[in-house]
Amino acid sequence: MDSVLTVNSLTMHFGGLRALGAVDLEVGREEIVALIGPNGSGKTTFFNCLTGIYEPTEGDIFISPTEGGRRRINGVKINRIAEMGIARTFQNIRLFSNMTVLENVMIGRHCRAKAGVLGAVLRGRKTRREEQEIVERSYEILVRTGLADQADEPARNLPYGAQRRLEIARALATEPFLLLLDEPAAGMNPRETDELEELIVRIRDEAKISILMIEHDMRMVMSLSNRIIVLDYGEKIAEGTAAQIWENPVVIKAYLGEDFNINA
Amino acid sequence: MKASEEFKKSIFISLWFMLLTFPILVIRVNTIEKVVEWRWRNMAFIGIGSFLLSFVWRRLLSRKERGRQPAETGNVETLPLGRRLLAEPRIYRPALTALALFTIAFPLLFSSYQTNIMTTALIYVMLGLGLNIVVGLAGLLDLGYVAFYAVGAYSYALLNHHFGLGFWTILPVGGLLGALFGILLGFPVLRLRGDYLAIVTLGFGEIIRLILENWNTFSFGPSGIANIPRPGLFGISMTLGEATIYIYYLMVALCLFTIFVVNRLQDSRIGRAWIALREDEVACQAMGIDKTRTKLTAFALGATWAGMVGVIFAAKTTFINPASFTFMESAMILSIVVLGGMGSIAGVILGALILILTPEYLRAFSAYRMLLFGTAMVLMMVFRPQGIVTNIRRVYRFGTRGKESRPAQA
Repeated sequence: MDSVLTVNSLTMHFGGLRALGAVDLEVGREEIVALIGPNGSGKTTFFNCLTGIYEPTEGDIFISPTEGGRRRINGVKINRIAEMGIARTFQNIRLFSNMTVLENVMIGRHCRAKAGVLGAVLRGRKTRREEQEIVERSYEILVRTGLADQADEPARNLPYGAQRRLEIARALATEPFLLLLDEPAAGMNPRETDELEELIVRIRDEAKISILMIEHDMRMVMSLSNRIIVLDYGEKIAEGTAAQIWENPVVIKAYLGEDFNINA
Repeated sequence: MKASEEFKKSIFISLWFMLLTFPILVIRVNTIEKVVEWRWRNMAFIGIGSFLLSFVWRRLLSRKERGRQPAETGNVETLPLGRRLLAEPRIYRPALTALALFTIAFPLLFSSYQTNIMTTALIYVMLGLGLNIVVGLAGLLDLGYVAFYAVGAYSYALLNHHFGLGFWTILPVGGLLGALFGILLGFPVLRLRGDYLAIVTLGFGEIIRLILENWNTFSFGPSGIANIPRPGLFGISMTLGEATIYIYYLMVALCLFTIFVVNRLQDSRIGRAWIALREDEVACQAMGIDKTRTKLTAFALGATWAGMVGVIFAAKTTFINPASFTFMESAMILSIVVLGGMGSIAGVILGALILILTPEYLRAFSAYRMLLFGTAMVLMMVFRPQGIVTNIRRVYRFGTRGKESRPAQA
């Protein structure tokens, strides 16, 4: 498989606590992979390791943004990882709430622009062109994510579902090859979830990017993902297609069996 | 709330206040005649006063609450009158022209005493604009900003004293030294936020002042440095009055320069990064913004203005000593930014003019100066925490969306 992300036995300790124990994972090009597991099973920790918020205790993370190129990114700074092309959203929405919707997306364009202090003060032709490019590209992304009408609204005024979509839009603005979504459907009503599903598929197809997502909404996980990986107490306990996971007794026992409602 | 309930509450408050102030306002021991005076009249004043005040206070609070609700539930917020007036070119153009003419004519119309006060106010405008970058835009609470001001002032005084360098040479040097010290302060506090950052910057400000106070061979200690030359103008010799006017114009020009630069910075890629850093540090980094670099540029660019204006301060007063750079100054500059409106250039200018000029023109009440100042700050923070002028986010215009302009909160 041509994989964009390869994780080998990733381990993360917090003092004596073992949050992740030797997790292996691969994400293929233009693949949608779901990471599921009960609360506290280490899913978000896994994301934080990938995006450089934590430096993993052991293991390797390799990325290959383009075919052939391969790079180890353990312990690289957060902003460098974003520059390399891994973008993420957050479980508890972290928008720049006093900035407008458009400006939020423009921040995503930051790492693809260059203007420095001198450029900002002199505002030469190059800077002006770059600024214009930032604005237009950002607006384009807003159109694609269905937020164009609220472009000048402060982000905090958006309804919940739209805030989630704005997080995705902002992440897309960094031009990632891999998008990490941390519970994108949390707190959404069924209609919003449907729209989100449609959006995620469209993003994958249009931008040709891979998606790794943490999600509790089983219906969405089942219908979207090419592959599902199940974590429990920091260990990978299963991996496979939706159908395989559905029938795996270990998964049912660890996760689905306890408080899972088939209609959820 | 029902009127009777309101009434009961106010009664309770006034009783409480009468009790609290009883020992100091009612009882007086006359040590000469050895009698105790009971001033019951004072108690009545306190009772009636606090009763009425509590009514007004709650009235204002509830009005504020009601005002906030529509803003939170919907987007029916209308622009305040002042801003609507300013959005109208027929009004703001003549207003701006009048303001410019007034600024130019000021030293010709008023005495040199007035001009001096105005120059001081302009110095604080510039300091406020500089601190606004650090506090208002980047959200880094800096309580030692006066240190950079001191760096500028002492760099002129010392370089002039030892090497005879002139004002115009030192002006950019002061700015650069300010920036350098900004970065020096920035490095150790990169990981700190909020209260911790405030404490460290406070310490930094005190360190600079204490060094200046105690390192006699370097800074001449508390006795300061005198006979600092005023800024020159192609070697023309000026009388004291002319020099005052000259420095005034110089300060106006520098303020305009600062406004120009700060405005452009605010509206740039870097300015947006500062604001994003203020809003959410983790998300900001996850979007590819280099936290270290962004914070250091904020500290450096904020301190530059203090360094430059320090040079002017030294040249204006011709004498400096560490007493001019106490924590009180930092607090004053911070108050200017907070009162005026964080992140808003117009707000900071207004804040500086109000906070510096009112005490000068209300000399009659000078005994109550700090009392009034404190009351004003408390009222401001309760009823309008966002400052006099709220910062409204910019609306970007571009090809695909047409040329029509819409306010951000229409």
